[in-house]
Amino acid sequence: MTDTLTDASPLSFEEALEQFDPVLGFEVHVELNTKTKMFSSAPNAFGDEPNTNVNEVCLGLPGTLPVVNGRAVEYAVKLGLALNCEIAEYCRFARKQYFYPDTPKNWQTSQYDEPIAFDGYLDIELDDGEIFRVEIERAHMEEDAGKLTHAGTSGRIQGADYSLVDYNRSGIPLVEIVTKPIVGAGARGPELARAYVSAVRDIVKGLDISDAKMERGNVRCDANVSMMPKGTTTFGTRSETKNVNSLRAVEHAVTFEMRRHAGILAAGGTIVQETRHWQEGTRTTSSGRPKSDADDYRYFPEPDLVPIVTTAAWVEELRSQLPEPPADRRRRLLAAWGFSEQEFRDVVAAGLLDELDETVAAGVAPAVARKWWMGEISRLANARDLEPAALGVQPATISALNALIEQGRINDKIARQVLEHVIAGEGAPEEIVTARGLEVVSDDSGALTAAVEKAMTENPDVVEKIAAGKLKAIGALIGPVMKETRGQADAGKVREIVLAKLGIDG
Amino acid sequence: MTTHTHELIRLTAAEMAAQLRAGEITSVALTQAHLDRIAAVDGGERGIHAFLHVSAEEALRTAAEVDAIRVAGGAEAEALHPLAGVPIAVKDLIVTEGQPTTAGSKMLDGWMSPYDATVVTKLRAAKLPILGKTNLDEFAMGSSTEHSAYGVTRNPWDITRIPGGSGGGSAAAVAAFEAPLALGTDTGGSIRQPGAMTGTVGGKPTYGAVSRYGAIAMASSLDQIGPVARTTEDAAMLHELIAGHDPKDSTSLTGEVPALAETVRGADVKGLRIGVIKQLQGEGYQEGVLARFHEALDALRAAGAEIVEVDCPSFEYALGAYYLIMPSEASSNLAKFDGVRYGTRVLPEGGPLTIERVMGSTRAAGFGDEVKRRIILGTYALSAGYYDAYYGSAQKVRTLIQQDFDAAFTEADVLISPTSPTVAFPLGEKDDDPLAMYLNDVATIPANLAGIPGLSVPGGLSDGLPVGIQFLAPIREDARVYRAGAALEKLLAQDAEPFWAQAPELAEAAAHPAGK
Repeated sequence: MTDTLTDASPLSFEEALEQFDPVLGFEVHVELNTKTKMFSSAPNAFGDEPNTNVNEVCLGLPGTLPVVNGRAVEYAVKLGLALNCEIAEYCRFARKQYFYPDTPKNWQTSQYDEPIAFDGYLDIELDDGEIFRVEIERAHMEEDAGKLTHAGTSGRIQGADYSLVDYNRSGIPLVEIVTKPIVGAGARGPELARAYVSAVRDIVKGLDISDAKMERGNVRCDANVSMMPKGTTTFGTRSETKNVNSLRAVEHAVTFEMRRHAGILAAGGTIVQETRHWQEGTRTTSSGRPKSDADDYRYFPEPDLVPIVTTAAWVEELRSQLPEPPADRRRRLLAAWGFSEQEFRDVVAAGLLDELDETVAAGVAPAVARKWWMGEISRLANARDLEPAALGVQPATISALNALIEQGRINDKIARQVLEHVIAGEGAPEEIVTARGLEVVSDDSGALTAAVEKAMTENPDVVEKIAAGKLKAIGALIGPVMKETRGQADAGKVREIVLAKLGIDG
Repeated sequence: MTTHTHELIRLTAAEMAAQLRAGEITSVALTQAHLDRIAAVDGGERGIHAFLHVSAEEALRTAAEVDAIRVAGGAEAEALHPLAGVPIAVKDLIVTEGQPTTAGSKMLDGWMSPYDATVVTKLRAAKLPILGKTNLDEFAMGSSTEHSAYGVTRNPWDITRIPGGSGGGSAAAVAAFEAPLALGTDTGGSIRQPGAMTGTVGGKPTYGAVSRYGAIAMASSLDQIGPVARTTEDAAMLHELIAGHDPKDSTSLTGEVPALAETVRGADVKGLRIGVIKQLQGEGYQEGVLARFHEALDALRAAGAEIVEVDCPSFEYALGAYYLIMPSEASSNLAKFDGVRYGTRVLPEGGPLTIERVMGSTRAAGFGDEVKRRIILGTYALSAGYYDAYYGSAQKVRTLIQQDFDAAFTEADVLISPTSPTVAFPLGEKDDDPLAMYLNDVATIPANLAGIPGLSVPGGLSDGLPVGIQFLAPIREDARVYRAGAALEKLLAQDAEPFWAQAPELAEAAAHPAGK
């Protein structure tokens, strides 16, 4: 008996696609931002002391019973509608049973064969504007598990010195969105993966049913990947990379899994059906636990809950409350802002549409807003390996910075410095400018005139050129003036003073 | 004090309530009399052992509060619940803050609930002194209370016999005059069958009529909390007190609580159509049980009831369906007992201390055999590939049984049967035969599967042991079983020695300090 080959070097992305076509599938978990949990009155809040947002129900104490959070059902229906799903007229919760210490009842209350929403689709706009339709299999309601922290070197429950459980997250309402198998994405698979998760995030944000912060786990993606030889139609064995928690990680994880599968298959090996863990540091995945389709969760209808019945009138009322679909909104904003198609797509791809919209709403011209978000803020985010939106810059900050520039109180360069100080948590732009004395040197005290005079004295040749009409040469004086004023001079003002001194009509 | 302690405990709860209201007795004296009785007959080798925990201090404190309110008079005294000051015992499956709750299992040895069950909240609001927690088969799994991890409870009518189960503790406490009232839970007959065995009145309300919040779940779709008492009037008063919608229980019914005590007081059966269930008599039923049953029918007929026979063909499958649905739900409900968060934790011997092994050794040591038997049965029945054949089929049978009842209730207003095929059997008799034990619930199980109300009332004695007569009614028609039950109670009391006067005197533990 020979061992089956289950590991090999990944192929390059191009090599992988020469031989294989990817089949993708996504399970996106969305934490709803209801005030209380899915089945108990304990608060749904992030970041509190461990095990403080709990009561007897979400701890699963003996004798307790669940009660469905009506608001969570409303949110799930809204999400289903936004995903173009059918809404079940009647559906039930089920118990998904497995023993694990993050689940206090040793079952998760979920939905099994009766999801609240099913058979939908989402049209995903790729970077070049191509639309790719992703079919939605179902969106169902369930409760989140507690959070385990494993002490020790392994970081996993196996081999941990001890493990701690925080049940604050236990029972937070989730909607799990499951796609049908996605065929035909080819080389655009990773891009589609990112765009799909981004689209789901935009929808739940637009519906205001989730805080939608991926870095907090409000939106979590499990990415299923398999590869089939080109020209064939039988799906290969899939792997499921769990809890990929940023858009770029989704893209990278799908890329890596496509390459890994291709490498193993090309070497004549077999893909193990298993869960994988995303390793941010190496941009690879590592083996998790085997996952067979025969995993037996002994599902049965939750007898402590009554079925959920939705009326057509209620569903239609919710439908009428839906915000503008993101795709429609994009078309509207493109027209309103006057960007080129490419400029607009870049903004969308960077996940900055909301930020731009809010910045424009705060009174900043669209082009200026775009310059800030796509320029300096993106650069700072990249340097920190973060999504630009995750940097925490508020539209009001941009609006304030822009106002300071327009008032001539700071220049662009200083404005960028101020932004860094804002990100560092030093306060609002106005406060930082004052506290750090960054305001441009006005000429109230004659300091700027003095600096200009000094530069002119030290650079007689330049002055001569200017006097001879070569106004561009003024630029050569700006540097010394900036140096003298520690960068806080307004270049326009320097020019004015020079021209005035030389009696030239600017 | 107008009534001697010995007589005090033999009053009905309604009489106790009336005397408290009239200021003839105090709740402290009444509560102390029951505590004395518990001290006298519950302990020792030949004791009843109905209680797992006695909460004398708390009960007396509540009693003193009621007395103080009565003495002060005024609006607060007026507003007191009719049963205020009447002591009560609570089945140890129902959680109580400040008193331990074990569910009769080693798994919860020493566990204190941080919250009260909704029914307990209601008892506290109505100021009924809670005497303590009563014994039961572990996690309510059994028909004899022999499966308690804390020892058997004895039948006050014959201490060599079982008191029924799972609520043998509550039934025996009431039958032994240790408490005038008690709470039980009924999943397949755990209130009614012990009622039959001990001569007590046991009510299983319509599913959802009483909140299950705080009753440690065995089978969620079958469990129901209900009253245990010595008379139908007492049971009705307690039933009314604990019933009503509870937002914490999604399966709880909305709507008015029926006026049951009033129904009992004016009960007669003239013109009432009473259906005898063809399938719940005859083979397997003891002669003495059938004799009392037929006398009951005769009495009801003589009083103007119309006795008809109804056919419920699917009842043949009720026991089978029950023993799939109940263990399935129980296997899931009991998964939470794993030693991780509360209760007993047993570390495995040798080998690595992994979470799986700690959970495993805790469950191996913490659960008794009957509980393990049902967890294994239920886990199997819910497994992929078997679900449709077992759990799925059982649910279909459940629907058929509901349809049988629907049809029967077009021909009859209430249905009647013996509560149990037998009188109380000797302790240990069915130890090695779980199936024989399960058969004892054949007459009570259909009501749980259909969610309908049932009531067991004493139908006299057979060789000195009580026989129970069961009435069943459609969903939400709990008043009908009380009407019929109260009428039968009254009819059987005519020209006869009062039923409870026939109860044997119990040896007082003080006189037999066995085991001390």
